[in-house]
Amino acid sequence: MNVMNFLNYLISGISLGSIYAIIALGYTMVYGIAKMLNFAHGDVIMVGAYICFFVMSGLSSAALPPFAAPILGTLVAMVVCTVLGVVIERLAYKPLRQAPSLAVLITAIGVSYFLQNAAQLLWTSSPKYFTSVVGNAQLTLFDGRLTISAVTLLTIAVCIIIMLALTTFTNKTKMGKAMRACSEDKGAAQLMGIDVNRTISVTFAIGSALAAVAGVLFMSAYPSLTPTTGSMPGIKAFTAAVFGGIGSIPGALLGGLLLGIIETFARAYISTELSTAIVFAVLIVVLLVKPAGLLGKTVREKV
Amino acid sequence: MKKMRVLSLAMAAAMSASLLAGCGGGTTSQPSAAPSDAGTQASDSGSSTATGAAFKLGGTGPLTGDAAIYGLAAYPGAQIAVDEINAEGGDIQFELRYEDDVNVPETAVNAYNTLKEWGMQISLGSVTSQPGVSTSVLANEDRIFSLTPSASSPDVIAGKDNVYQMCFSDPNQGLASAQYIYDQNLGENIFVIWKNDDVYSSGIYEQFVAEAETLGLNIVGNATFTTDTATDFTVQLNQAQDAGADLIFLPIYYQPASLILSQANQMGYAPTFFGVDGMDGILTVEGFDASLAEGVMLLTPFNADATDEATVNFVTKYQELYGETPNQFAADAYDCVYAYKLALETAGCTPDMSAEEICEAMVATFPTITLNGLTGDGEGITWNDQGEVSKSPKGMIIENGAYVGMD
Repeated sequence: MNVMNFLNYLISGISLGSIYAIIALGYTMVYGIAKMLNFAHGDVIMVGAYICFFVMSGLSSAALPPFAAPILGTLVAMVVCTVLGVVIERLAYKPLRQAPSLAVLITAIGVSYFLQNAAQLLWTSSPKYFTSVVGNAQLTLFDGRLTISAVTLLTIAVCIIIMLALTTFTNKTKMGKAMRACSEDKGAAQLMGIDVNRTISVTFAIGSALAAVAGVLFMSAYPSLTPTTGSMPGIKAFTAAVFGGIGSIPGALLGGLLLGIIETFARAYISTELSTAIVFAVLIVVLLVKPAGLLGKTVREKV
Repeated sequence: MKKMRVLSLAMAAAMSASLLAGCGGGTTSQPSAAPSDAGTQASDSGSSTATGAAFKLGGTGPLTGDAAIYGLAAYPGAQIAVDEINAEGGDIQFELRYEDDVNVPETAVNAYNTLKEWGMQISLGSVTSQPGVSTSVLANEDRIFSLTPSASSPDVIAGKDNVYQMCFSDPNQGLASAQYIYDQNLGENIFVIWKNDDVYSSGIYEQFVAEAETLGLNIVGNATFTTDTATDFTVQLNQAQDAGADLIFLPIYYQPASLILSQANQMGYAPTFFGVDGMDGILTVEGFDASLAEGVMLLTPFNADATDEATVNFVTKYQELYGETPNQFAADAYDCVYAYKLALETAGCTPDMSAEEICEAMVATFPTITLNGLTGDGEGITWNDQGEVSKSPKGMIIENGAYVGMD
C-alpha cells in the first residue's frame, strides 16, 4: 500500500465528506425541529449554485478586486436560497402541519421535482461549468506527490466554522433555545409561549442558506452544473444524516465525513463498482447496532 | 387560517401560471414546435406542387429530464431538415411530431402510442438507447419503419428488419477507436475510465478491449463509475497515474469527461485523453475552460467547424434559430430526415400509403441508397440490411479551443 496514495484518497474523502456534512446539516436541522424530511433540500443546493454561477459570470467582466465576485455570488445565492426555503415552507409544508407525515413527505418530493423542472425551463438542461470560487490554486507537499487543492481546504474550514457557529447558536441564543424546545415537544413549546411557526421558518431559512454555501462549495470541487446536480448529493447527505443520527448536529458532521471517506476508500481499495453498495452496507450495519445512528439519542416512546 | 389558505392557493396558482408561461416562452424561443409546422405548411399549400398531404413523421426523445440535452438537439435538427424540405415544395413533404419520453422506457412506450394514434407513418425511433430498445420492439410489431438518429445500442436494431440507425453502433465506435489509436500510434499504455451502468459506455468499452487485444495494444487497467458516483474521479485518475498510463480512453459523455479533465489538471496529471462521439459538446459547455480540453482527441461523425457548404448552412441556421452550436445529435437527426426523403423518392412512396406499405418499401430501399449528409465523409452513408450504418468517423483534436481534423 502506497502511503502517498492513501493520503491522497483520505484527502479527497474528507473533501467529499465535508460537503456531504454541510448538506446533511440542512436535513438534520429540519428533521430535528419540524420532524419532516425535506427532500427538496438537494434542489435548493442546485438553485444556490445556479444563482452564484450567474452572479459570477455577470461580474466576470467588471473590474473588481479579487474574490469580490465569488463572495458577492455566494451572498446573493444565500439570500435567494433563504427566501426560497422560507417560501417553500410557507406554501408547501405549513398548510400540512397537521397532516400525516406521509403527506408531507410526498409534498417534499413534489417540491423537489418542481424545482428541478423549473430550473430546466429557466436554465435549460445543458450543463454549465462552474468556475471555482478560489481558482485552481493548490498546496503541493512532498515534492508534488501530495496535492491538496484550495477548494478542499476551504471546504473543510467552512464546514468546521459552520458547525461551531450552529452549535453556539442552538446552545446560547434565545432562538436556539426555542429550536431545541420545539424539537423536544412542539405542543409544550407552544404552551410556553414559543412561536412554533416562526421557529420552523427560521430553521428553514438557516438550512437553505447553508444549502447555498454547500452548493457553491460542491460546484467548486466538482464543477459540472445541471438541474439535477443537487439530487444525488442530496440523497447521499440524507444518508449521512441518518448515519450520524438524524436530528443531531455533530452527528451530521461525523456521518458526512465518514460517508465521504468510506466511499472514496471503497472505490480505491475494494471496487469502483461496489463503492455505493459498500457505503449502504455500512449504513445498514450501523443502524442494526445503533438504530438511532452514531450520535443519535434513543428516545423512549411513552405510551 | 382560512385567509391563509386562500393566499396560498393564490400563490400556488401564480406559481403554476408562471410555469406555464415558462412553457410558452420556451416555444416561442424554440420555433421547433407546432406553430412553425403550421406556418410552413400553410405557405406550402399555396406555392408548391405538393399533393397537400405530408408524411407523418414521429419520434420520441427526452425533451425534459436530465438527458434533455440530447432530445433538444435531435428535435431541432430534424425540424430544420423538415422545414427546408417543405419550403422547397417537392413531392415529399413531412409533418414532424416529437413526443417527450424523459429517457424512461415506460414513458417512451406511451409517447410511441400517442404518435401511433396521431397516425405516424414513419418514425425517427427514440433519441436515446434505453427508450429505443422498448419503442423499436413496438415499431417492429406494428410494421412502422424506424430510423433512429442516435439510439446507438445494438439491442435497438437486433432482430428487427425495419429498425435502422443513423449513428454508429456502440461496438463499432470501440472498434474504430482502437484501430485509430493503433494506426496513429497514440499511446503505449492505455487506461480506460468507463460508466458501467450505461449500455452506451459498456458497449464501447467491451469492443474496444477486444479489438485492442487483437491489435496488441497495451491496456494497463480500467476503472468505472456510475451515475451515483459521477462526481469524484480522483481515485480513478490516481489509479491511471500509478499504472503509468499515457493515454486515457473515455467512452463516456462529455459531462463527466469535463470533470475528469479538470480533476486531472488539479492533480497535475496530463496524459492524452481520447474520447468518442459522446465527448462532442464539451466545448459548448457554458463556462468551461477550453484550455482544459487542449489536446483531447475524439472520433465523431460530425464536425460543426467543417467548412463544406452543407455544414456551414446547417450550423448557421441552427445558431440563428436556437442560439447554440449544433452537436452530432442534431446533425444525425437532420441526416435522418434527408435519408427518408431520398428513400421515399427512390421507392416512389406517397403520403396516402399506409404505414405498413411504406415500411415494406423502406425495408427494400434503405440498404440500396447512399446518402451524402452532414455526418460521415465524402464516401457517403450506407446501411446493411440489418439496419447498421456504415460511415467514416472523423478523428478530431482540440486545439486552441476548437476541433481540428486530425487527418
